[in-house]
Amino acid sequence: MTTVPTEDLQTVTLTVNGSERTVAVPPHRTLLDGLRDEVGLPGTKSCCAEGECGACTVLLDGKAVNSCLVLCVEAEGHEVTTVEGLSDGGLTDLQEEFLNAGAVQCGFCIPGQVVSAEYLLRTNPSPSEPEIREALSGNLCRCAGYQRIVRAVQATAARRNGQ
Amino acid sequence: MTTAPERAIEQRDELGLPADPFGSGQVGKPVLRYGGGDRASGAQRFVADLVFPGALQVALVTVPVGCADLLGIDTTAARAIPGVVDVVTPADLPSPMPRFGVSHVDRPVLADGRVNYHGEPVAAVLAETADAAQAGARAVVVDYRELPGVYSLDAALADGAHLVQDPSIRPGHALAETNVLEEAHYTWGDVEAEQQRADVVVENTYTFPMVTHFPIEPGGTVAVPTDQGGLDIYSPVQHPYLLQRTIASVIGLPLNQVRVFAPDPGGGFGGKQNPKLEPLLAFLALRTRRTCRIVLSLEETFQSMRRAGCRISARTGFTKDGELTFHLVQADFQIGAYADVAPRVMGKGSYVAAGPYRIPGVRIDARAVVTNTTPSTAFRGFGSPQVAWATESQLDAGARELGLDGLEIRRRNLVAKGEPFVRGESAAAADGEWIQSLEKAAELIGWDTPLPPGRGRGIAVGIKPGATSGLSQSLVRLLCDGSAIVYAGTSDMGQGARTLWQQIVADELGAELDHVSVVSGDTGTVPFDLQTSASRSTVFMGSAVLEACQDVRRRVLELYAESTGMDPSELDERPGVLVTPDGEISLPEAARTALGSLRGEFIGQGTRRLRGKSKHPLGGDAAFYEFNATAIEVEVDRETGELLLTRHVTVSDVGTELNPLQVVSQDEGAAIMGLGHSQMEQLLLDEHGRIRNLGALDYRIPTFKDVPVELVSAAVENHDGPGPYGSKGISEGALLCTAGALGAAVTDATGVVIRDLPLTPERVWTALQHQH
Repeated sequence: MTTVPTEDLQTVTLTVNGSERTVAVPPHRTLLDGLRDEVGLPGTKSCCAEGECGACTVLLDGKAVNSCLVLCVEAEGHEVTTVEGLSDGGLTDLQEEFLNAGAVQCGFCIPGQVVSAEYLLRTNPSPSEPEIREALSGNLCRCAGYQRIVRAVQATAARRNGQ
Repeated sequence: MTTAPERAIEQRDELGLPADPFGSGQVGKPVLRYGGGDRASGAQRFVADLVFPGALQVALVTVPVGCADLLGIDTTAARAIPGVVDVVTPADLPSPMPRFGVSHVDRPVLADGRVNYHGEPVAAVLAETADAAQAGARAVVVDYRELPGVYSLDAALADGAHLVQDPSIRPGHALAETNVLEEAHYTWGDVEAEQQRADVVVENTYTFPMVTHFPIEPGGTVAVPTDQGGLDIYSPVQHPYLLQRTIASVIGLPLNQVRVFAPDPGGGFGGKQNPKLEPLLAFLALRTRRTCRIVLSLEETFQSMRRAGCRISARTGFTKDGELTFHLVQADFQIGAYADVAPRVMGKGSYVAAGPYRIPGVRIDARAVVTNTTPSTAFRGFGSPQVAWATESQLDAGARELGLDGLEIRRRNLVAKGEPFVRGESAAAADGEWIQSLEKAAELIGWDTPLPPGRGRGIAVGIKPGATSGLSQSLVRLLCDGSAIVYAGTSDMGQGARTLWQQIVADELGAELDHVSVVSGDTGTVPFDLQTSASRSTVFMGSAVLEACQDVRRRVLELYAESTGMDPSELDERPGVLVTPDGEISLPEAARTALGSLRGEFIGQGTRRLRGKSKHPLGGDAAFYEFNATAIEVEVDRETGELLLTRHVTVSDVGTELNPLQVVSQDEGAAIMGLGHSQMEQLLLDEHGRIRNLGALDYRIPTFKDVPVELVSAAVENHDGPGPYGSKGISEGALLCTAGALGAAVTDATGVVIRDLPLTPERVWTALQHQH
């Protein structure tokens, strides 16, 4: 069922959401493709495929990256966290605050937004509003107008800081 | 631990929302989004996330020009690629080529001998993998001869212009030999006399760019042949029932053989209303007897839908007191290669081209002009933002001549509730106290407070007719344990329709909020809904859901009487309760008693139908009008032309806020979308009609860093709408007049007047350089 001869498939072993996974992918396939099509985690969304919209954001060794700009083979031996890996089935405090703030409309961009915001809060637990805007400026949203996402991040920071 | 609704209620004060108008009910509360958890966690499945083992992947073949005759298609090399199963060209489809369309049946399933826009599919490659399909598409050799296509309004309207559509598509149509698909004309009053009466006359031409919807979810479709010879279609379409009808019609199947599954769209904004590639996928699936799947790239999505660009010339007169006397409009909408719903966009948008004002003499002439460009379709505002840009700017031009400000000129001309603003045969009157929104926007922006140098303010209003006819049907099942299931065919693409149904049913049937679920997105199980557009769902489907609940209550009453031996006349029902001679009992309790040991359920049905008027130019009176006032404060960097929006206020007349959190979020999103076409968005074409800024890298939409420093969204509530509890449609309002408010603010800050959108730094800088 594949057009690529078997010898051209690259075997990639990576850790996804804490579990070691081995996938066989053509060398030109992106981490985004690998996560969605091979690992079976469609929470990471595909939109622009050129690193401009942020819908495909994941954590690679703890850093937020556009998974459409990383080849799957480059992830060999690395650790990836997708939106599915942020929580144990329920919602994280950040995701709850996205809902409370009214930041979630169609929801297609939200997994990427959540991952980017989580990375921000892990690296800067008390971000200012300009810092939030800067950190999330690579994540496009066409529905909600951004303001409520900023509020959600602020509310989460306050919650985590015990305020 | 607090529940989600409780947390939401606690947030009311925090969010600055008004007091709950409905006591303990759920309607009127900022209930959190139905399905929001799945959206935030990544569990929500959009079309591209659905897994169809063994599905054939489809890739489209196109040619790199906007207009060409097709001379031949060589599929040999493509077929030789491992994994390619089939290459389908126009010759493989029925002859004559099947066509479809909303207002005109003009769009071919594959290019019919001629390519009419950049990106029009000329063939389709079907393969076992997406890689093979793409490789196959690249290997198809298309022999074509480029034609001198018309890519602009001027080119399309020039004498002897290339005709985009074959005249035979419009047999007998007076305009068949031109590139004008449809015209609209509205006129009232003694225009000549009103021109004589004017003390001040301003005449200008404005342009509004072609822009693309840019939903974050690109398009996609899956077609699955069924064992019975029918088709299941999966599409993020906003109008699943229209898609069902289109597929049935194009293929020649009864409606029951076409089942449309419509997973929630990842953003629609009008772009996903009407069928695009679904008919092609249907043919491919029937031909191969296999599931066929396509997921578009963002670039292909750009090539499948956009908003009509528009050029508006306006001549407007005022008395020395600032009263409008006449307004003449010529609006040309560049609609693209095929009609889709664009002629209606032209007709409905230009209907309100005189704005919500008291103008004794008006003549509006509008044209839907076809060009060799991506077909345009509905886009939030449906033609109103284009004409509002011109009309609002004309008001400001008049105000400047008269020494009035933007607020005062609108105060003097805005119609009062019940007063006509469209006159003549298709007269329309204001259905709200619209001055309230204007005054509130002015107040929230601090209209009269002084500004530092380099800053300016603008204010504008916008109006959009809601749906003019329609039909929504709903079923509500009250189950024996007091929980309920709503069947409503509204597409929930982010506006939160299902949350409203949940709130209405909870209140009407006395159910816990989280004991109400909603089924939608399946024409095989959910009753008919005409469409999810025109901000109509709350008014139409909301009323149908409400009626279905009332039907359930009547049935509970009847069975309760029967099972207890009471006379029905001794009983009464109200939202959430059954009233007996002994007092009120909750509806779920009454239902349990009535159902007895056999259990079962109550099924209620609701219908909201609005019949149109055949003689009305819009096909009927609008069920309501969306009205918005927007005020913007801007700082202009004279060195770079960049605009910094310091404050942006939007106020919509909403009737009743059924869910204040959703109202405010919808308006904020619309406001920022409006800033997109006002500040940065435009599709640019090259001399071959190709989109130059095809994709997210070159086509810019607002980001977190582009939005106003402060964005304030507010609503006016007079409970005077035709929907449940006095609601009106919302969600398009806040972008109706964004451009007018921003343009006026830039003029206030700098003195320069710019009449072409978007107000990019380059355009502002250039205007500033020519200022003196």
